[in-house]
Formats: sequence, C-alpha cells, structure tokens
Amino acid sequence: MNTQVSGVVANLPQTPAPSATERLRQLMRSVGMLPVLILLCIGFGSLADGFFSLQNASIIAQQASINVVLAAGMTFVILTGGIDLSVGSILAAAAVVTMLASNLPGAGMLGVAAGLLAGLACGLVNGSLIAFVRLPPFIVTLGALTAMRGVARLLGDDKTIFNPDLPFAFIGNGAVLGVPWLVIIAAAVVLLSWFILRRTVLGVQIYSVGGNPEAARLSGIKVWKVLLFVYAMSGLLSGLGAVMTSARLFAANGLQLGQSYELDAIAAVILGGTSFVGGVGSIVGTLIGALIIAVLSNGLVLLGVSDIWQYIVKGLVIIGAVALDRYRQSGART
Amino acid sequence: MSNDASPILEMRHISKTFPGVKALKDVQLSIRAGEIHSLMGENGAGKSTLMKILSGAYVPDAGAEILVDGEAVSIEGPLAAKALGIAVIYQELSLCPNLSVAENIYLGRELRRHGLVDRKAMQAACAGILRRLGASFGPATEVASLSIAERQLVEIARALHAEARILVMDEPTTPLSSRETDRLFALIRQLRADGLAIIYISHRMSEIYDLSDRVSVLRDGSYVGTLERAALSAESLVQMMVGRDLSGFYTKEHAPYDPGRVVLAARHIGDGKRVRDCSFDVHAGEVLGIAGLVGAGRTELARMVFGADPRSGGEIHIDGVPVDVRTPLDAIRAGLVYLTEDRKAQGLFLDMSVRDNINVCACSLDAHPGGLLDRVRGKARAAAAIASLGIRVGDARRNVGALSGGNQQKVLLSRLLEIKPRVLILDEPTRGVDIGAKSEIYRIINELARSGVAIVVISSELPEIVGTADRVLVMREGELVAELGGHSGEPIEQATIIEYATGARQTLLAAA
Repeated sequence: MNTQVSGVVANLPQTPAPSATERLRQLMRSVGMLPVLILLCIGFGSLADGFFSLQNASIIAQQASINVVLAAGMTFVILTGGIDLSVGSILAAAAVVTMLASNLPGAGMLGVAAGLLAGLACGLVNGSLIAFVRLPPFIVTLGALTAMRGVARLLGDDKTIFNPDLPFAFIGNGAVLGVPWLVIIAAAVVLLSWFILRRTVLGVQIYSVGGNPEAARLSGIKVWKVLLFVYAMSGLLSGLGAVMTSARLFAANGLQLGQSYELDAIAAVILGGTSFVGGVGSIVGTLIGALIIAVLSNGLVLLGVSDIWQYIVKGLVIIGAVALDRYRQSGART
Repeated sequence: MSNDASPILEMRHISKTFPGVKALKDVQLSIRAGEIHSLMGENGAGKSTLMKILSGAYVPDAGAEILVDGEAVSIEGPLAAKALGIAVIYQELSLCPNLSVAENIYLGRELRRHGLVDRKAMQAACAGILRRLGASFGPATEVASLSIAERQLVEIARALHAEARILVMDEPTTPLSSRETDRLFALIRQLRADGLAIIYISHRMSEIYDLSDRVSVLRDGSYVGTLERAALSAESLVQMMVGRDLSGFYTKEHAPYDPGRVVLAARHIGDGKRVRDCSFDVHAGEVLGIAGLVGAGRTELARMVFGADPRSGGEIHIDGVPVDVRTPLDAIRAGLVYLTEDRKAQGLFLDMSVRDNINVCACSLDAHPGGLLDRVRGKARAAAAIASLGIRVGDARRNVGALSGGNQQKVLLSRLLEIKPRVLILDEPTRGVDIGAKSEIYRIINELARSGVAIVVISSELPEIVGTADRVLVMREGELVAELGGHSGEPIEQATIIEYATGARQTLLAAA
C-alpha cells in the first residue's frame, strides 16, 4: 500500500514552501506563551538564589506534574468548547478510593486501578449527561464539583485515610535515573495526548466538534462519541492525578484534597493559548501554561513573597499573559 | 387613494457595494403618503438591502440621496431612521417575549417617575393605540402568551406609538393563517386611510394585487420600474422580474440523463409543516434543479433527505434499495452527501487547515487500524483535490478562513467529493462566490454529471437553475408544485418558474 501511495505523491505538484514571515508566524503560534515562560525564568533566576539549579528544576517539575495531568484532560474538554469544573472533586473522591483499596490486605496495588476506574466512571457520568441528555457542560460539572466533594468525604467517613506501607509509594516519591516518577507520568500523559490530538481520526474530530459542532454533525461525525470521550478522558486523568497525589502523601482527605485544582488546570489551558470557545489549541501550549503557573509559585516562594501576594500576582499574570496573547494574535491575523 | 402630491420619501442613486458584490446599482424609489407601495423582485434582487439602508442598518455608497418630505436627510443608524418616522416590521419579530406589551412598546424610552419605571402610565398610554388597532389583548399581557399575529400587532403598535409615518413590512403574512392575513390587510388599509405610507414586500402575487396602489420592481440590484395599479398584470410583473439574458454563461456539457437509472428516489418526505409530502427521483448523470422562493422549503427538504433534520415520514431509496436515513452519517454511508447553503456556519471549520477541512470526512474511511490517521494519504488527497478543483492556496496548512468565498466553497465541495458520493445535493452552490469561481463550480458539476453522479442543485438564482439543470422541480409553500424539462413537456424557462413559484400559475404536480 505504501508504494502505491508514494506513487501518487510523486505525481502531484509540489506545494510551495511557506515564506519566511509565514514560518515565523506559525512558529509564534505554536510556541505561544513560551516567551513568557522564558522571561519568568530569567527574572526569577536573576532575583532568587538557587532558582537555576537541578534540584529546583526537579521541584518545579514535580509541583507542575499533577496540574499537567489534569490540564491535559481539560485541554481535550475545552477543545470541544466545553469545560470540566469537577476535576478537583473527582481527584479527591478517586484519591479516597485509591487509599481505601490500597488498605485491602494483600492487594495494595489494586489502589492504582481503583483510583483510575473511579475517575473514569465519574468522567463517563459527566460525559453521558452532556452527550445524551444534552445538559450544558458548565452546569453538569458544576453539579459534579459539589456532589463529588460530598462523595469524597462520605467514602472516607470524613477522615483522613492513611497507608504508611503504600506499595505504589514509588510513584509519588521514587525516581528513575534521577527523574521523578511524577514527572515521567506527566510527560507520558502529554505525549499520549499529543498523539491522540495530532495523529488519530479522533483528534481531528475533537477539533472539528469544537470548531463547528453543526458542521461536524453534517460531516457525519458522531458528536456524542467525541463528547463522551473527552469527559471520560478528563475523569480518567483526574483519577491518575488522584493516584499521584495519594502516592506522594501516603494519605487522602476528602475535604481538603484537590481544592480549586480545576482552576489551576483551566488557567494552564487558557495560558496555553487554547480558545475558550473550542476548536483551537494544543497540548504543548497547555504544558507551557502549567509550567508558567509552577514557575511562578516556585519563584515567588523563593523570593519570600507572602502567600497573600502570591495569589494576587498569579491572578494578574494569568490575565496579563492572555491579554498579551490576544493582542499578538489580533496583530497577526490582519 | 393615490394622489400626485409630492412624495413623502424619495430615494435616488442608491448603490451599495459589499466586498466583491455590488448589491444595489443606482436604485430609486419614490413613496407617497397614503399609499401601499409594493416592492418585488427575485431572491437577491436587492429588496432587503434597500430596506436596510432605509432603516439605517446599512450605509449606502457615496452619491446616494434620500429625501423625506422633500428635505435631504442622511440615515446613519436605526435611531436616525426612527426620528424620521421610519419603522420596519421584520420577518423575525424583534420583541422581548418575557416583557409585557406595554413594556415592549416603550422599550428604550420607558416612562419614569422619580427615576423608577412607571408601568401604570405606560399601560394607560398604550391602551388607546391597541384599541385603535383592534387588539383583543391588553397592554399588561405578557408577549410570550401572544400568537404570532398578535405579536405583529404589537410591532405595529410600537411603530405607531413612535409616530412612524413610513412603515416597511417585510413578508408579514408568511407565518399567518388566511384569516389572520385578512385581518392584517384590513388593518394595513386602515393605516393607509390614516395617511401612512406603507412599503410592502411580498413574493405572493395575489397579495400584491390585493393591496398595492403601486408596485416597484428590482432585479439584480437595479431598479426596473414602477407600475400604477391600473397597469398591473402578472405578465408584466414577471417580465420585469426576469428580463435578463445570461444564458451564454451557463453551459450544459454533460449528456442528457439516462431516464432508466434512478439513483435517488425520495418518497413522501415531509414534517407536516415546512415540507409536505415531497416525492422526486434523481437519475444517474442528471442535474435536477429545485427552484422556489426563499422560505418555500427547499433547504428544509434537502436537509430532511440528508438526515440533518427530523422528518415525520417518507422513504428514501438509493439504487433501488431502501435506506434508513436518520442522521447525516447514515446518508453519507449510503453515498448521499449535502453541500450546505451556509458554508461558514454549517460547513467549514474556519480555524482548521485546508488540508484538515478536506480530509475530515474521508480520513475515518481509510485510517490505519486503531484510528490512526494515514497522514501520507491525507496529504496526497488534499494536494490532489487542490489541483483538480483549482483551489488557490499556497500551502494546504493554511487556515481555510483566510481563503476567498469561492475557494472556501471548493474546499467544502472537495470534502464531499472525497467520499465518492452517488448522490450530491448542492444547496446554493455559488452563493457569495465570484464570477470566476462560479464558472469553475459549473465545470465541476458538469464533470460529476458526466461521471454518473446524480446531482440536485438548489438555487435562488433562476439563470443558474435554467442554465445547469436537465430537469427542474418548483417548490412553493412546502410542496413540489411543478416539473419542467425532462418528460414533462414544459420547457425550462425563468418566467414559467416564477409563475409557479409565486403562485401566479397553479397546477398540482402529478404524484410521482
């Protein structure tokens, strides 16, 4: 089959290579917020001692890892023009499930599968309500945000669940050749997401549904399937985040865990240049967005900025960065 | 009723250019107080554009003159139009259904007392107008509880309350029953007696006869002429609306269809409302035109056949095999595809590349196992489509939103052709497309017909229908009312199509 196809290619007129300015523009579009990230690093590097060190880089990567995983799921959802507000609560519930399962005698590793399945199940419920009952994603996941928080507390009897002999504690604390498992998992998630979005039919359909739902339907795309997938994916990755968190803490608390994680995930996606109305965006952008948030937190801590001011600065940077991006894009479009 | 007094409204040298299209060319219109002046013309003749200029929604090109009561004015926005006493009742009513009748009439100019809305005073002031219009509801009624006809009354009351002297009504009877229409006509005549000038837009010949003191006709964005009531006849109006010759531009280069091979057979398609019991056949290699006025139900019929909208009954056969078409996917799998009339809203993914837009349907058909994209093939397919349809784009990775209308249309068309359809329904295939791309699209239609594809062309441009179709069905008010060409014995002519489409000539199509 390959020979046949390459024969076709050979007979085609070559499309001219993009001009230099066009290339620069494409580069700008694909790097998105990378300049902001670099500027932040340079700024903190010159102000804070020890910012540029391998150890600190490892800390930043670990801090970013869980948000990267949640934000990857969020990228799928926002690309279809939806939103998932429930990831933090699903993470809490799935973490409690993970710890409960890990405490079963002789079957501790079951905790990983239990956490992933719990997340996936929540995501499927969200997705079904959105795809079949056609409720607005904001409403469904806002409800799930509240309900799953309650479920998390209910499952754990409103207590913190410990397991000091966690068989999968290496996920949260171990490293391979100096690279923490948390970072390896986050990188794998980014790679997998990139592959789905860029190399599969499903990826094309996700962009289509977000870009123009009616056109997608008229093109014979099963819109319900795409919606079900993205919310299930977001739920599954919340479950993965739950496994990562509980492995790191050896504990899970239904009340405190994952509070406002959804906001950090959304912020990472938006910082990454993904359009809030859907159809435009990339997983690489999301990774950069999540790193910006992590670098900002880390740098402000190193500088000794108080917790209160960290919130204010973070909020302003998010708004400012997106405003900058809009400005840059409006210039590029005309 | 009409007198030779100086006109209340005069529009002269009105032109309007949109990017790539000249919608109006040096149009004039003169309206007297106390007359009902009808405005006629085919779809796209420029009636709506002219009325939008009158209401301040569009600004005309330089050189336009508008005189109200003999004084030159410039209408720079809806508020300016209102101040001059011009009011437009649009097809889509513009009321807030959650507010009361009085609140709607006073919308934007609420009466206040001590800074608070004075509902009582507003209701009292509206009661008189509503009585004058013969309304059966009071000013405190919520608009949501009113029928369409009653809402129209509220719109008219709002116009009168704003002291409108020139009232534009754009196809007001489309949603009305015949009794409601009679009541509306009585009201329009009463308003004329009160000295208002009424500009009445309609496609229905009988209404034009019934109401008009004078009729002005537009064609292709130009003013054709104005007829006095005494000179009014169906023949003369149709003549004025058609009268152009573009026949050389359209070429039928495919062989006439082979009447033996029916590819698509649609039977009793309808939803009981917008489309009623429509049956038709399309043959291999045939171009079937479907003509009709805007709102006649052509697009609705096509979307039902394609499975994009629900239908209440009917059957679809492709190559003699019954196909259960409930979704677009069912239709596509059966080899039936539909090109939407609204490519930006319902066709293209404007933020995606030309390549992805071409591949979006076909890529799932030849993906590797596991749903992996065959990127080599996708690239080749896009390049081949760009070459064979003559899509002008330097790099297939460019966003389709950056292309011209004609190239966008060709991208959308090539997406459909890549599924190798047996039946192709094209809804307004050349809308918003420049003349060069137009002739290329006709070339593509001819080539497809030659290769044996069954093609349906829905178009509001009569020359396009006459020039491309082997056979024409005319639709009016949700029903197929006439067949021209083919074995029907009636030749395909613009005048005949207009006569059937407007109801000037009535025959029922023999059940297919």
